Amino acid sequence: MPFTAPIETYSGRIVEVKIGVEPNVVTLGGENTFPLYGFEGEVPNKPVIAMEVYDNNPVDWVDAVKAPFADVLGDPAAWAVKCVKEYGAEMICLQLASTDPNGDNKSGDEAAATVKKVLDAVAVPLMVYGTDNAEKDSEVLPKVAAAAEGRNIALGPATEDNYKTVAAAAMGFNHNVVALTPCDVNLAKQLNILLTQLGLPHERVIIDPSTGALGYGLDYTYTIIERLKLAALQQGDEMTKMPVVANLGVEVWKTKEAKTGDTAEWGDQVTRAVSWEIMTAVSLATAGANLLIMRHPQAVAGVKKALGAFFK
Amino acid sequence: MIIVGEKINVISKEIGAAMKARDPKPIVEMALAQADGGANYLDINIGPASKDGPQLMAWLVETVQSAVDLPLSLDTTNAAAMEAGLKVHKGQALINSASGAPDRMHTMLALAGKYNANVIGLTMTEKGIPRDANERMVIAYDIMMAAAEHGVPVENIFLDPLILPVSVAQNQAMEAIEAIRMFKQLSDPPLKTIVGLSNISNGTPSETKPVLDRVYMIMLVEAGLDAAIMDPLDEELAAVARSLPQALSDSLDQLQSETNLARAVKIFQNDMLYAHSFMD
Repeated sequence: MPFTAPIETYSGRIVEVKIGVEPNVVTLGGENTFPLYGFEGEVPNKPVIAMEVYDNNPVDWVDAVKAPFADVLGDPAAWAVKCVKEYGAEMICLQLASTDPNGDNKSGDEAAATVKKVLDAVAVPLMVYGTDNAEKDSEVLPKVAAAAEGRNIALGPATEDNYKTVAAAAMGFNHNVVALTPCDVNLAKQLNILLTQLGLPHERVIIDPSTGALGYGLDYTYTIIERLKLAALQQGDEMTKMPVVANLGVEVWKTKEAKTGDTAEWGDQVTRAVSWEIMTAVSLATAGANLLIMRHPQAVAGVKKALGAFFK
Repeated sequence: MIIVGEKINVISKEIGAAMKARDPKPIVEMALAQADGGANYLDINIGPASKDGPQLMAWLVETVQSAVDLPLSLDTTNAAAMEAGLKVHKGQALINSASGAPDRMHTMLALAGKYNANVIGLTMTEKGIPRDANERMVIAYDIMMAAAEHGVPVENIFLDPLILPVSVAQNQAMEAIEAIRMFKQLSDPPLKTIVGLSNISNGTPSETKPVLDRVYMIMLVEAGLDAAIMDPLDEELAAVARSLPQALSDSLDQLQSETNLARAVKIFQNDMLYAHSFMD
């Protein structure tokens, strides 16, 4: 008897979120099936990779990941240009590390000026991320939103503690909101309910479920993403059908495996660390992440190759 | 439905203080209020009571039974306190509770045998909480076998499938209900079943509790639940608990017409992902 593979159909569809302005727009989501299940439905947009740019000089980074950016560290605009021109970035994620109250504690105005410089330097879509300090982000992100008016950026993180401020800023200047919750599927849904209750449309919300790197909680993130997509696709849940971002670069490059130098036992650091970032990114894309925030150009190239093969 | 009133609890600020001071007034008042509310048993929860457990439990049993003519549910993990309460209890008490952990199982079942008391068999073990209905069933079977060893007749056992908060363990809601159905197959005549109802909405926003508790109660009754440890002063919930099972037979269908109740059903059935604002 010939074998017929079972085909599932789903009632729900992930909404499409568009970031950037024509002709430089990326579209996240839009699928009505799971990743790699193209035979069951449509995956119109493969996962997008955004390369990280920091607004400060990241002195604590290891050389293995500083080297590709050696000539632009501390100059976010030049850094962004390098990511686009040399490393083929289709999107940039500007991490506002300098605004950290426990670090340089730069003001919202200074952050907004940096955002403006980066936007003037590159045309690709931009995500701007604060330091997940609810109070400080509430001061910084509205200024960023104003500075980025007309560029349709992704702005975050909006959390349970400051979502009203962040959403209001995003709605006022027509941006998208990245909603961050601490590794809990119920809380992720809850924040989406709260955001949409404010009048923010579904297609302006991106879910950040918190990310664990390979060996450091990747399985938790994987499960949460999968559960969100299951609810959206199988149960038609309106409050989980937003695309998902995995902010993984920062997590991968915190790990011992990425930070330890060349050793006899573990071999070459760059190969190891880049592999770690690739494994983390590909796994999360397999779970259903629609946007991957990545750091090392070699890892970006590797993941691009893999995604090109997976998402035909 | 047998209602076990849960309001005499050491965790309550007023009652806890009264227990400590041996002040009978607030305790007697709470007992009378619950009796008026239709409670069939009153739970006397003294916690682990490591200091003066036996003396406290005996005092509470005598104090409460001097005011109301109801059997009590003696709620403590302290075996000496349990026995002190049983010694002075009039009528047939309810031991709350034995579990699948060998120590607690044998100690409490031995007391149930010795004093001809009813006993709650909580289907968890020292290894933790069960993951599904099948694991609950295995523990229930162990408790039933041990009860026979201690001469506790089947009709004195109330099995508790252990209700977990829907906000943190959503997939467990139906497992507990399924466990109640399965427990009923364990013996003929069937064993009785009991739950601590408010556990289901532990940690959820206060406006959702009445909806979650009421809907879950209906689903439990449909599955064959016999008894609930609950607040008899919650009139709406008590009304649900007292309704006849046949009146509930098509109630789940009726619920579909009321949005919030329908959503609660979907949440328990895991057809909708739980979030605190699920009613909005």
